[in-house]
Parts: sequence; structure tokens; C-alpha cells
Amino acid sequence: MAFLEKNTAPSIALEADGPDRHRLVFAGDWAVSTIGDAEKMLADLTVPWDHLTCIDVSRIGHLDTSGAWLIHRTRGRLEFKGRKVGLTGVSEVRQSLFDEIERHHPPNWKPDRQAFSIAGFLETTGRHMVDIYQDTLAMLHILGSLGLVLSTVLLQPKRLRSISIAVQFDRSCIGAVPIVALMSFLIGAIISQQGGFYLRQFGADIFVVDLAGILVLREIGVILTAIMVAGRSGSAFTAELGSMRMQEEVDALHVIGLSVTEVLVLPRILALMIALPILTFISDMSALLGSGLVTWAYLDIPPAAFLTQLQAAITTKTVAVGLVKAPFMALIIGLIACVEGLKVEGSSESLGRHTTMSVVKAIFLVIVVDGFFAIFFAAIGV
Amino acid sequence: MTLTDADTSSHAPAETGDSSENVLSVRDITVGFGSKIILQDLDLDVRRGEVLGFVGGSGTGKSVLMRTILGLTPKRSGSISVFGHDLSTASGQERKAIERRWGVLFQQGALFSSLSVKQNIQLPMREHLKLSPRLMDELATLKLELVGLPQDAADKLPSELSGGMIKRASLARALALDPDLVFLDEPTSGLDPIGAAAFDSLIANLSSTLGLTVYMVTHDLDSLHSICDRIAVLGNKRVLAIGTLDDMMTNDDPWITSYFRGERALRRI
Repeated sequence: MAFLEKNTAPSIALEADGPDRHRLVFAGDWAVSTIGDAEKMLADLTVPWDHLTCIDVSRIGHLDTSGAWLIHRTRGRLEFKGRKVGLTGVSEVRQSLFDEIERHHPPNWKPDRQAFSIAGFLETTGRHMVDIYQDTLAMLHILGSLGLVLSTVLLQPKRLRSISIAVQFDRSCIGAVPIVALMSFLIGAIISQQGGFYLRQFGADIFVVDLAGILVLREIGVILTAIMVAGRSGSAFTAELGSMRMQEEVDALHVIGLSVTEVLVLPRILALMIALPILTFISDMSALLGSGLVTWAYLDIPPAAFLTQLQAAITTKTVAVGLVKAPFMALIIGLIACVEGLKVEGSSESLGRHTTMSVVKAIFLVIVVDGFFAIFFAAIGV
Repeated sequence: MTLTDADTSSHAPAETGDSSENVLSVRDITVGFGSKIILQDLDLDVRRGEVLGFVGGSGTGKSVLMRTILGLTPKRSGSISVFGHDLSTASGQERKAIERRWGVLFQQGALFSSLSVKQNIQLPMREHLKLSPRLMDELATLKLELVGLPQDAADKLPSELSGGMIKRASLARALALDPDLVFLDEPTSGLDPIGAAAFDSLIANLSSTLGLTVYMVTHDLDSLHSICDRIAVLGNKRVLAIGTLDDMMTNDDPWITSYFRGERALRRI
């Protein structure tokens, strides 16, 4: 057990004991760092197995469990063929090691390999379908229990966790203001700059104000904010709830007699539903600011003209169309984040997978729902 | 954990003060966080082949000392040498060689939660050595049985194991590369008395057959009585006392007296 810096390579020799009697002599170090070589040498070895009577281990320098196992395995393989092969030169301490190993019977080794098969492919597809069904069920479950909790809270306003909501609001709204404002400012500026140069070719550069105003207020403001919030707060919710599940904190809440929906899910979703319209409004304003600055700098439209044109192009309805979508988007983001968080199992890999899924699903559904809203608003003529 | 015929009888710690017999020696270690000093000018030697039990009140820095030795917590001053190599001056190559020769059992097991038990045990082999998949599988099940886990635990994930099984699986991972030195952080806490006794005898067995050196942080008086060759007591930011159990029983320090001859300790007799 000395600290081995240099290992002697293992070696195998065949010595004759007499006519028709041979023994295998193992020498060198049979320790874990050299055992790979030893295994290869044993596999390549061709000896007259019929005349083998024993394995001599007395010349082995260092021996550990892996070396002892390899020797034991070799011996076992020989004896399996119906020959008696003994071990010689075993010291007392090594004998106890071999005794320990002899009690061990590993199962037959089979390599884990998965061949592609049509049945397997169909099976995974089927499993995915069941997963989607169960996902929907879980979301409906959370939605239902959310409704239940919300109605009890309405009857007993004291049960509303206002401090918890305030804390979540602080994290998901106040903290997000700088990044949302900056991102929207840049997007507004880019839209005006790109749109402006095209429209100028037709001498219609003043209409870039209409373009930016309507696009930002109706669609871009709320969508970009929702995507940012899904990436920022949605992933945080999933990670928080997921790690609480990993540490059995969610189970602890259950046995204390508290409802997970009331304590963890409701404050987060309510805070997000308040936060997203506010963030959307901030996003709208900073996008218009960016747009105004770019039109002033590139297209020589002064702020006064920008504002007059904007007033003609949009109404309060345009702003409302964008803002009214925000709470629904928040509900979707919050629900998906919480459902994914509560689906986390014991491993860190599952936490990562569900956090990814939470963000991906939330962004996808936000865009789908935005499409439905567009159809709806077109139908009612707004 | 390799053994030569020369040191077959080395289970009992050598009584010579020869520094080459020290697998681990810590000199003048000071560790602190911010303005709080946890360990001050601490000295400690662990001799080859011994089982050293480490005790101390909660919050005295037992785990901090272990983490400092392992290089996980930075030290303010002092030196640590393992297998005769100073860790702070060792080259990357030497450090890697040292890390291959020690095994660590963390208090919570610290199994990789996304790998199965078998993959956890095979991870050090896979990363450090070139072995055939068959041999790795066989060695993994061998280690698994060695620590007393059934073979069907091999394909389970850590989250599907009980607390005691996690401890054992984690010990199997610590033993994967047949280390010379293992660090155990409260190995028997959370085990039932039968399991704890089996754990103790396993460690004693490995120590005697393979010449393993064990550094064990424990509060289990039974482990201290049954398998520890020497016991070190941590207190007042340093090692208060180190010696055999008999030395501890005759020590006058009030904390040591109440630990080894307190109500709970005397009830065992």
C-alpha cells in the first residue's frame, strides 16, 4: 500500500514443472492502474491449457482487489472447463482477500446496447403521447386547484399571502425592468431603422411611425416581454419548485397540512399576472422612445412630428389590445413553470430537463396563444 | 489499498515517529471565513494503516479540516502533505496522482444523481483508467457486494435508494480505485445499529486485508470503541488530544471527560 508512483508492468510466464505439468507465473504489479494491461495479456495468452495445474502468485509485487478479481476470474474460467487449477504462493493476508472475493458471484456480463427497432420507435412515440396527455391533465389539475384556492381566498381575503406575492412581484417585475426596457428600446430602434430605409425609397418615411407604433403596441411589446419573463422568471420558478421537490420540501408542506398550490403556486402566478402587464407597458414605452430617437436621427422626423403622426395612427384600443393579452401570457408561463417544477424527480438531470422544457413550452405556447388572440381580435374587428 | 508482503502486519499503527510512516501530515494550518477563525495553527498526523477517529463538538470545524485537507476550502497558512507530497507545491501531475490514491465519502453521500449506482462507481475508473467494459462492470458489482449492497441496486438511481444504501454506494465509489487513504465523514450516522456494526466491520476488514488508512469523522461511540486505533479530539481551534481510547478515558479535559465518560457513554458499559 505504499504510494505507488511507478508501477511495474504485470507479466505472465509459463514454467514447466515436469512432463505435462505447467504452471502460470504472474509477476509485476496487479493493481488497478495496471489491470487493463493484465487483462489484455490474459486474453492474448495461448498456452497448453490441458497441462496447466496451478497459478503462482508469489512473485506479484502489489495486489489489490481488482488484481485479485482478475486472477480469480482466470482461475474460475479454467476450472469451468473441468480442470482443477490451484493457487500457490498466497500469503496469509492475500488469502483473506481471495476468500473475500470468492464469495462474490457477478451476474453474466452482457453489454448494454440498444438496437434500433420499429417496435421501440413506436413505443417511444406512444410514451410521448401519454406524456403529453398527462401534461395536459397536470396543467388542468393545477388550474383547477388554482381556481379553488382563488375562490377560498376571495371568501377569506386573509388567506391571501400578500407578503409572498410582494416578494415574487419584486423579483419578477422590479428586477426585470432594466433588461426589458433596454431590450425593447433596441428592438424599437431596429424596427424604425430597418423599416425607415425601405419606406424612404417610396417617399413614405413618415409611415415608419405607424409601422413601429402599431407593431410594437399590438404584438412585439407583449411577445418580447413574455419571452423574456418566461426565460427569466419561468425558469426560476421551475428551478425553485424543482429543487424543493428534490429536497422533499414539497412533501414537508403536504404533511404540515398546507396546500402547495396556495403556498407556492398562487403567489407566483398572481405576482406574474400583475407583473407582466406592467412590464409590457414599460416595454411599449421604451420601444416607442427608441423608435422616436432613431426616426429623429436617421429620417429627420422631429419628435413633435413623430408624436402627431403617432396620435393619428394609434388609439387607446391599440394599446389595450397589447396589454389585455399580458395576464393570459403570464398565466400560461406561470402554470407551465409550476407544473414542470412539480414534475422534477430526484436527479439534477431531471431538474435541468424540466427547466428547459418549462422555458421551451412557455415560449411556444405564448406564441400560439398570441396567434389565437390575433384571430379573435380580427373577428371582433378591433 | 495495494499491499505488499512487506507490510502484511501493518494494521497496528507503527509506534515510531518516523515521518515517512505518516500518510497525511498537517502542519500549522489556519483556516477562517471572514473575521472568524475556525482552525488555528493545527497539527495532525495520520499514520500508515491506522484507523483514525476524529471527534469534536458540532461546529468546531471537523468538516472544515477535512475539506481543507482535500483542497476544497482555502487555508490561510500552513502546509498539508499527503503521501509525502506537499499539496501546495505539488505539480498538477502529482496532485492528480494523489487524488487517484484517496477516496472520499461525503456526509450526504454526494452520489451523482443523474447516474445509476453502477455508473457512479465506474466513474473514477472510466476517467482515470483504461479498462474493458466487462472488467469495469465486474469490479463495480464486486465493490457493491463488498460494501453489502445487493446486485440489483446497481442499476438504480441514487434517488431510489434509502439513506443507508446511499452511504454504502458512496463508500463503494470511494473504494473504486482501491485507494490507500479514505476520508469518511460520519459514515455510520443514519444507519441502524446492525448496519452500522456491519459498516464498522467492513472498514476494519478492509483496513486489515488491504492496509487501508482511514480518516473517519464520527460521533458513533461504538465505532470509536471497536475499530479506531487512535482518536483525535478537535476543540479550541486545534487538536485538543490525540491517542488511543484509553488515553481519552484518562484525559482530564472537561469536554473529553463528558464525551467519553458522560451519561451516554457510560450507559453502554
